[in-house]
Amino acid sequence: MNTRSIPDRLQSPLERKVKSWESLLMLVAIGIFVANSFASPYFLNAWNLSDATFNFTEKAMIAFAMALLIISGEIDLSVASIIALASTAMGAAVQMGVGTEGLVLIGLATGLVCGAFNGILVTGLGLPSIVVTIGTMSLFRGISFIILGDQAYRGYPPEFAFFGQGYVWWVISFEFVLFAIIAVIYGVVLHMTNFGRAVYAIGNNPTGALFSGIRVGRVKFILFLLTGLMSGIAAICLTSRLGSTRPSIATGWELEIVTMVVLGGVNILGGSGSIPGVVIAAFVMGLVTFGLGLLNVPGIVMSIVIGALLIGVIALPRLWTMWRTR
Amino acid sequence: MTKLLASREALLMVAIAILLAIIAWRFPAFVVPSNLLAVFNDTSPLILLAIGQMIVILTKCIDLSVAANLALTGMVVSLINIAVPGLPVIFIVLIAIGFGTLLGMFNGILVWKLAIPPIVVTLGTMTIFRGIIFLLTEGKWVNSHEMSDSFKSVPRTDLLGLPILSWIAIAAVILFTIVMTRTSLGRAFYAAGGNPHAATYAGINVGKTQFWAFTISGAIAGLTGYLWVSRFAVAYVDVAGGFELTVVAACVIGGVSIMGGIGTVFGALLGALFLGIIANALPVVNISPFSQMAISGGAIIIAVVLNAQANRSPGRIILKKAEHAT
Repeated sequence: MNTRSIPDRLQSPLERKVKSWESLLMLVAIGIFVANSFASPYFLNAWNLSDATFNFTEKAMIAFAMALLIISGEIDLSVASIIALASTAMGAAVQMGVGTEGLVLIGLATGLVCGAFNGILVTGLGLPSIVVTIGTMSLFRGISFIILGDQAYRGYPPEFAFFGQGYVWWVISFEFVLFAIIAVIYGVVLHMTNFGRAVYAIGNNPTGALFSGIRVGRVKFILFLLTGLMSGIAAICLTSRLGSTRPSIATGWELEIVTMVVLGGVNILGGSGSIPGVVIAAFVMGLVTFGLGLLNVPGIVMSIVIGALLIGVIALPRLWTMWRTR
Repeated sequence: MTKLLASREALLMVAIAILLAIIAWRFPAFVVPSNLLAVFNDTSPLILLAIGQMIVILTKCIDLSVAANLALTGMVVSLINIAVPGLPVIFIVLIAIGFGTLLGMFNGILVWKLAIPPIVVTLGTMTIFRGIIFLLTEGKWVNSHEMSDSFKSVPRTDLLGLPILSWIAIAAVILFTIVMTRTSLGRAFYAAGGNPHAATYAGINVGKTQFWAFTISGAIAGLTGYLWVSRFAVAYVDVAGGFELTVVAACVIGGVSIMGGIGTVFGALLGALFLGIIANALPVVNISPFSQMAISGGAIIIAVVLNAQANRSPGRIILKKAEHAT
């Protein structure tokens, strides 16, 4: 597994593009789309497809930040709990009569504070991110449970509903536009800036990156902040869409978001991956969930599919190389 | 002697003693022996799972599928009990251990043969196992009246003043203390996690060692699955939902290093007892049970901070030490 063969000639850029993970994933996406349109007569309908995007837009927003974090060799399992805490904070603010602008600010600020907390523990104290975020995963959601117990917050102002339920033009929802804008921003940051190169460098060799003059700690801290911020944005969209807050909101999303990132071709051990891959993976997961939903498959069975996808997308290429090099 | 006092286990025992003293100060009834034994009995499943998890974490892996394994095995033996009510309980126990072992082996094979990161494998199998329960039962519960009396009675049967459940936990602590300190397999677990390269050169197959760790963890989870459903006399999809994090928390609190190679069975036992006492004391001291999640989250973070401080060497003086030794 550790031996790496050196090719005797370079692949042409076109060949590399055709054989890339992203194009394979694109084929899968198209395949699922076609299969879905045959499986259910309700699939090919602009409004239904627009509804389907809600299955992944919020998760994908976090997945972009998570992709950068995983490329840099860290992980954040507390994202879903940050959503719960941010949503609870907004719900509490509503009870005090805070307006829509205030709610948005509170949601974003809660996300940033939670991200900063993770970031300080990981980069400031040098703790492994997986344990830290397993801890904060219980802590953040636990605080929501202390505040809310078995109650729920309702009564969000009508204007607040726009973020999760509003449409910009015809069937194009506000959330979808936000998702597209965020995807472009993260794509540019990761693939076209120094910061993006630094993220790859850290993931491939943190010590080497440090010796090349990259502020490893600061970059990782910023990535945790970004993940927190995106969780805050997702919390605003989700709370606005549901119109209520319970402490169990977004349970299990961390798994789906990590799956989305890994399915998108990001190496879970860090160092490689791309934003276009994550975008296509978001569509694949959204289409699978929506298609199965149209066929009346219960949610928990979909989670089997997602779990199998997570293992399958990593196992199959490795099985393939094992079989070829036998 | 100073080494013993400074050890994590001693520190944790002091912490537990202080915790008990505080509870006893307000509620003396909590610390009478009979209640403490009841707390121990209630914590027994956590102790069992923490031992399995500790072995997995020692080898630089993590098993997030233990709770799902427990739930699936518990459901399988309940269904077998319904189908064949006359089957002696000893066979039920053997089936539970065997089935859990198979599930653990599945994780282990993926980690060993395909070199998939353990967190990805077990996040995936966690959802798959839970999904399979749903497929088996279509979401229906197996209730008390459907289980045979002998099936339900085993964990509660008293033996020399303690329920069998407690005895099994005690037996596991003794058995695995011997395995970890007195057998070559036990040393291999420490070696594979402490320094995988050195372990390979010493002739230890690291992947295979990790496979055995997952197998043991699976076997324990399977046994605990039977004990859990028979003790609570109910089996359903969400049995022990989220319990995997409590198990990891118990290990981290017990001084098991998430980076592998450091940890003891006694530490895992103390970590589990610490959480068990808190869980049992909360309702007694009139704190909402909803705060338990936040408390265990906070405990994980504090424990991992303390662990990192304890394991941090004051500088690179390895060579000097070696010079002095010669």
